[in-house]
Amino acid sequence: MPENTKNMPTVRGAKISKYPIEHFVADPEDTPIQATDSAVSTEAPVSLWLEAWRNLRTQPLFLISAFLILAVIFVALFPGLFTNEQPNAQCMLANSDGGPAPGHPLGFTQQGCDILARVMYGTQSSLTIGLFATLSIVVFGGTIGAVSGFFGGWVDAVLARLGDIFFALPLILGAIVVVQIPFFRENRNVWTIVLILAAFGWPQIARITRAAVIEVRDADFVIAARSLGVSRTGALVRHVIPNSLAPVIVIATISLGVFIVAESTLSYLGIGLPPDVMSWGNDIFSAKSSLRSNPMALFWPALALSLTVLSFIMLGDALQDALDPKARKR
Amino acid sequence: MARFLLRRFLQLIPVFLGATLLIYFLVFSLPGDATAAICGEKGCTPAVEAALREQYNLDQPFWVQYFLYLKGIFTFDLGTNFAGQPITDILARVFPTTARLAIMALVFEAVFGIVIGLIAGLKKGKLFDSTVLVFSLVVIAVPIFVLGFLMQFVVGVKLEWANPTVSGDATFTELILPALVLGLVSFAYVLRLTRTAVIENSGADYVRTATAKGLSSRRVVMVHVLRNSMIPVVTFLGADLGALMGGAIVTEGIFNVNGVGNTLYRAVLNGEAPVVVSIVTVLIVVFVLANLLVDLLYAWLDPRIRYA
Amino acid sequence: MNGETMTKETTDEAAMPRPLLELRDLAISFKTGNGDVDAVRKANLTILPGETVAIVGESGSGKSTTALAAIGLLPRNGRVAGGTMLFDGEDITHASEKRMIELRGSSIGMVPQDPMSNLNPVWNIGFQVKETLRANALPHQKKDVAKVLTEAGLPRAEERANQYPHEFSGGMRQRALIAIGLSCRPRLLIADEPTSALDVTVQRQILDHLDTMTTDLGTAVLLITHDLGLAAERAHKVVVMYKGQVVEAGPAVELLTNPRHPYTQRLVSSAPSLASRRIESAKERGQASDEVLANEESTGSDDVIEVRNLVKNYKIRGELGKSTEFRAVDDVSFSIKRGTTTAVVGESGSGKSTVAKMVLGLEDASEGSILFDGVDLTSLSRKEMFAFRRRVQPIFQDPFGSLDPMYNIFRTIEEPLRVHRIGNAKEREKKVRALLDQVALPASMMQRFPNELSGGQRQRVAIARALALDPEVVICDEAVSALDVLVQAQVLNLLADLQTELGLSYLFITHDLAVVRQIADHVCVMEKGQLVESGSTDDVFDAPQTEYTRSLLDAIPGAGLMLPPEVA
Repeated sequence: MPENTKNMPTVRGAKISKYPIEHFVADPEDTPIQATDSAVSTEAPVSLWLEAWRNLRTQPLFLISAFLILAVIFVALFPGLFTNEQPNAQCMLANSDGGPAPGHPLGFTQQGCDILARVMYGTQSSLTIGLFATLSIVVFGGTIGAVSGFFGGWVDAVLARLGDIFFALPLILGAIVVVQIPFFRENRNVWTIVLILAAFGWPQIARITRAAVIEVRDADFVIAARSLGVSRTGALVRHVIPNSLAPVIVIATISLGVFIVAESTLSYLGIGLPPDVMSWGNDIFSAKSSLRSNPMALFWPALALSLTVLSFIMLGDALQDALDPKARKR
Repeated sequence: MARFLLRRFLQLIPVFLGATLLIYFLVFSLPGDATAAICGEKGCTPAVEAALREQYNLDQPFWVQYFLYLKGIFTFDLGTNFAGQPITDILARVFPTTARLAIMALVFEAVFGIVIGLIAGLKKGKLFDSTVLVFSLVVIAVPIFVLGFLMQFVVGVKLEWANPTVSGDATFTELILPALVLGLVSFAYVLRLTRTAVIENSGADYVRTATAKGLSSRRVVMVHVLRNSMIPVVTFLGADLGALMGGAIVTEGIFNVNGVGNTLYRAVLNGEAPVVVSIVTVLIVVFVLANLLVDLLYAWLDPRIRYA
Repeated sequence: MNGETMTKETTDEAAMPRPLLELRDLAISFKTGNGDVDAVRKANLTILPGETVAIVGESGSGKSTTALAAIGLLPRNGRVAGGTMLFDGEDITHASEKRMIELRGSSIGMVPQDPMSNLNPVWNIGFQVKETLRANALPHQKKDVAKVLTEAGLPRAEERANQYPHEFSGGMRQRALIAIGLSCRPRLLIADEPTSALDVTVQRQILDHLDTMTTDLGTAVLLITHDLGLAAERAHKVVVMYKGQVVEAGPAVELLTNPRHPYTQRLVSSAPSLASRRIESAKERGQASDEVLANEESTGSDDVIEVRNLVKNYKIRGELGKSTEFRAVDDVSFSIKRGTTTAVVGESGSGKSTVAKMVLGLEDASEGSILFDGVDLTSLSRKEMFAFRRRVQPIFQDPFGSLDPMYNIFRTIEEPLRVHRIGNAKEREKKVRALLDQVALPASMMQRFPNELSGGQRQRVAIARALALDPEVVICDEAVSALDVLVQAQVLNLLADLQTELGLSYLFITHDLAVVRQIADHVCVMEKGQLVESGSTDDVFDAPQTEYTRSLLDAIPGAGLMLPPEVA
């Protein structure tokens, strides 16, 4: 719509150059105008999760860690597929600290048990503890963090101090105190260890969730939902929490690895799983005394443990990059 | 500034009270006879049991017990262990060793973590950065006792660069190796934290403006990127001092350091709950004080806080 | 100092001085995940010493990228892919970083866009000025720092130098940034949207000051802006960029009056600051506007919303324990006639958004009342409040924040229907289709997610969501402020069309007077929580009653360049 120019505009303060200025116009052929704000192409719709998945698929870090984790889960479910030996039944002291032998590729422990079998069968307890401790902190810590971030005020102040109290006790110290209680001292099993780890592990995830919730709490789409008539809790559940999940998922994945390490540390100190439960931590604990004569008995369970933990931490790292809320804004 | 520090101080009081109360409650008042909790599996002789009842005022109501225990903390009267030694004396002997160990570890993780994290952050995506990142993941993934044994074996036994164990004096040179082990995991965290902060701050508008002013690249990095990146790192380091002293339990065991961790571990094995409670309480005090120190640093680093 | 490298062409025109900055066929590309993207193609630009040249364009036009290339500050993934850049005859296209550090500050200065993020929060202002002087080997005593700040119009500079950025207002920070940019007397100043984050009156003061300073110092200015009116008012020469290319360049006034490229023509006709008349909806076009006004007068009692003596106090935590009250909204009264648009105009801190929140029922009023169809909002029960929500709906400013990124477009628009249990699944889908059609979006968009949409499209979705419940009143809180000019014009037209079609009443909250002129029937001007003036749009614009309104009107960029109505 080229307008006519019959009236020259009134000009205030416009600057006039003392040198002539050429009026350049690009060839409209070279610089075609596209429709303002044209509709997007015909490609399939891409949700944020799909976008993150596409991004993840190409990351070596993600592929390696996902493969390792699947392998570990498989071993935990079907340890018998990977070894013909029974981890406990066939221990013979004659084999004590023996090196690799036919059918026993990794050698024997001090008790004369097959190391490969023990490593395979030990997977289950480590993984169970890591998984359930993580689930517990996500549910408990996540709820506390979400409520405290969303409602703010005195609720936030009280919950934040509560978190600080547990935060003041490092995981291992807390566990040491708890096992002083007769009930826990006498009933040490996978579930009490989960309980102990979760009890002192939740504040971190609560802090992360709180921060994530505060970031979206006042977003326009939450206010829009409220002015549609959605209740406060409704807005929290439907809009705020789904949008705060990304950092929680990342930290939860890393926590899973950290919990497995923590369990092994407790077992190593002799206050984790009881000796009759097979776990990497216990194997490391019992291999400690024969470290000089048979370092391999410590090496293999430690390697299995480290690889498992490493794969979870790497997964967390890859997820962090893919779900980064800063990269998601645009 | 004073207001900010006062507020933080007031906030730490409930944390201290809550944490000590939590410990005291867990150990002394859960179902089961309290003395049974203290005496453990082995049980106590009636004489010891009577002494314990008296010492922990177990015939008093719970709140009175707790306040008497608090009073004990502030008057440096933490009771005695089973052998009759005052716990305060034991702590006075072992605390300096662990404090030295933890501070050495803290200095190590701070200096190396920040320097390497800074370089990695500035070279984001380059070979150095990727190598350092993978290395940090491995350090976090491998349990500290495995790392400890490994370093002890390699550096102490094979290379003989250092004594594999620490003598009673716990001299500076003897503590270098244990301090490295103790600080290794936190070093990885500091490194990653610094790297992330440096990458984030390098993209900040004020950094671009600083470059546009004609500052040298070195000055832009040191004055504008690094200083701003220190804020989250300092927070982590403060919380870590407490964790290091608690975490020394494993490291001290490996290197046979006669410190708080080893004492705590022996008390755990012997079932000496009073000693455990006292030591953990002292560690909480360290945690709270370290947090106050962080707040001071924080206020110095970030002027926005001073006026909050 | 670099006269040797002088090029031949410059000697051709004896009268013309050698250009200070010359960009020839400049091409810039960015490395992205999907290969290289050309951000700028074949851009030509010449700045003579002491001259002000403005680059005008929408977001993504490559205007900032071009300017950043000239000072060697392209983002890491960007590079100059072709062409040459000459600074005072010296080829700086691929100059070493060392040479660029020498040039920056002392020869080429920069004033960045956002005063909030461009000062380092942990250093005081004085330090940030001082290090600039020192890096460029100039005296940097306390008095030198104070002098630089004073020149930029910062009062009590010596004291202020010890303060930190967070203690400064936005305008003061921008003055500090101007001080830094000009402190080393560069011959070229790159000003990238230097005032777009500021209130209009502050914007005007700062631009005036910048003008005076650069004229006095003889500094050439490369001004980057999205506002054609502002560019025309401040520059000798205007360069229009579109999708990485220069489409038109020439003397400011001529470009405005005689735009030749189709894009420039569109830009001129859409620029709100140059328009002088209310947008008419498709139906109204052709119908005399007096008639519409007359209708309103006759049905004067039909106020859909009436705000009476509204007050909002906030508690601010002061010294320990004590709390002071802050009056964000102070005794505000106005009304909205059914089927018309009322605009509430004000600068930041005027309380206009608080008014919007209270009318939406999201905040309680401290005193006073809000009547909706004669019923006081405060008297409503929970259930009645829920029913009320259907009748008043909001549209927000930030197109990136107003849609839940996890919801696809269908779910976003369906949510209000679902919440109010309207219809079954099939009916709801039909309604969503109809709503998309109303806001001129294809139904195929239903399955898409907000991150796949442009800003304008998102804003249309937000409008569709607001209309889902057939509200009577729509509250537009800066609804078009974040959009590019052409998109903004489209959305404003859409809003006008919907108003006639559905008989909607709008409460339009904005800081942008130019937009008000286009869309509002009635204007309320707010300042510091108080209503300082209200009246019909024409009355307020033609005969403002208060000094404040006058200063607001005067500050509209390009106000002096307003084209006569017949032209626009």
